[in-house]
Amino acid sequence: MFGPLICKPGSSRNNKTGSWRTELKPKFLRKNCIGCKMCVLVCPENCIEGSEKNTYTCDYAFCKGCGTCAMICPKQDVVMIKEEEPLEAPKDNPQQ
Amino acid sequence: MKEFLEGSLAVAKIVKLCKPGVISAYPITPQTHIVEELAQMIADGELDSQFVNVESEHSAASVVLGASAAGVRSYTATSSQGLFYMAEVLFNIAGMRLPVVLTCANRAISAPINIWNDHQDAVSLRDSGWVQLFAEDIQEAIDLHLIAYRLAEDHSVMLPVMVSMDGFILTHGIETVDIPSQEQVEKFLPPYDPLYKLDIANPITMGPLVDAEYYTETRYAIQKTQEDVLKIIPRLSAEFSKIFGRTYDGLIEEYRTKDAERVIVAMGSVCGTVKDVVDELRVKGRKVGLLKIMSYRPFPAAAIYEALKNVSRVAVLDRALSLGSYAPLASEVKATFFGKKKKPQGISSFIVGLGGRDITKDSIKEVFKLLTAKERALEFVDLKPELLREEYR
Repeated sequence: MFGPLICKPGSSRNNKTGSWRTELKPKFLRKNCIGCKMCVLVCPENCIEGSEKNTYTCDYAFCKGCGTCAMICPKQDVVMIKEEEPLEAPKDNPQQ
Repeated sequence: MKEFLEGSLAVAKIVKLCKPGVISAYPITPQTHIVEELAQMIADGELDSQFVNVESEHSAASVVLGASAAGVRSYTATSSQGLFYMAEVLFNIAGMRLPVVLTCANRAISAPINIWNDHQDAVSLRDSGWVQLFAEDIQEAIDLHLIAYRLAEDHSVMLPVMVSMDGFILTHGIETVDIPSQEQVEKFLPPYDPLYKLDIANPITMGPLVDAEYYTETRYAIQKTQEDVLKIIPRLSAEFSKIFGRTYDGLIEEYRTKDAERVIVAMGSVCGTVKDVVDELRVKGRKVGLLKIMSYRPFPAAAIYEALKNVSRVAVLDRALSLGSYAPLASEVKATFFGKKKKPQGISSFIVGLGGRDITKDSIKEVFKLLTAKERALEFVDLKPELLREEYR
């Protein structure tokens, strides 16, 4: 009998490792963003996406809350907020 | 062909016939002769194998782990502190389900440092997931290596196997042994056909991080496979017998137990001494016998139950301790009969032969003599009270 011990490549997307996140998560303010992509480049989970100014966001299903994106942002346009805080004001995004 | 050989050389010869692609080991008494002989065979061009010299047993075990993961039959050997230094890698090898074969030349554990024989090294690794086989003599030791590779590489098993042979007594003892031909070995042991391997054309990850969602199932699978091995070993032993002409049950050996009233349970080379004593006492009309345990992991509880259920008094000889508790083998033999209707009236536990202390025929006779109505719990045979003091000063 065998247990789950061997992984084929490309399977890491199946595991929603964002459940391990520390008590903080990044919030992309999208106000002063200059589209420098530094947050994308430094993200160890490679879970930040965006193209133009003020379009960046991350996939919270994989983000571990390390805060590197907030640290690197030259415009302080990414801030770390507590896990329980909503990302958007409730009126803007009723799903949050 | 029958040859008069030192145990270590005999093992090296049988390993050579198994044609491992990678051998890695670090010298340690009393194991060194085995890999020394193998290194010589490679140097002389008799064996086409890669011998990887390493700086420690931890590395030796890591090398054979890697080689086995890459799909190559691999071999290592060690003893005592070396086995302990390998310990974390040995758990990895079992956890990654890699069919490595290791010879453990059983030796006592420090401190105080002692290079002589007992079973504390292998017994301490009983929970590692490795199949653990114990040999009584040199012939059995080499035969078990053949069974070990065949068992380990079986696609329904894929577990590493440790063949234990008593340090010095078997590794340095000289015996007439039947070394099979290459053809016979190949008939029994086909080339290694890995079920999975590291391959850049078809990449996989072995032993990845798993969390609580998955870990239990990896352990459950090894537990169930160990239970399956109890059925597979007798089958392989029967096949072995057809090719090589020597018959083993593979799990246990019953020696004159059928009508026995008093039986000793033991593992390893001491079984030879017990057999001699049994024969002598039988001549005097005493109904005594021996139950030899060949497979310590998996533990053949059902076979032990059948063999001992009608015996009135049982003595279990342990050459290892679980300091602060019952002796390891005795506690498992006792557990076998817990709650059962048919069972021996007493199962006594004896500690013998630690750190190379000889177990003489007189020691064994003493054990049989002590098998009276009173059950003995953790009785140290041949203890020297004159060496002990209650206070240091």
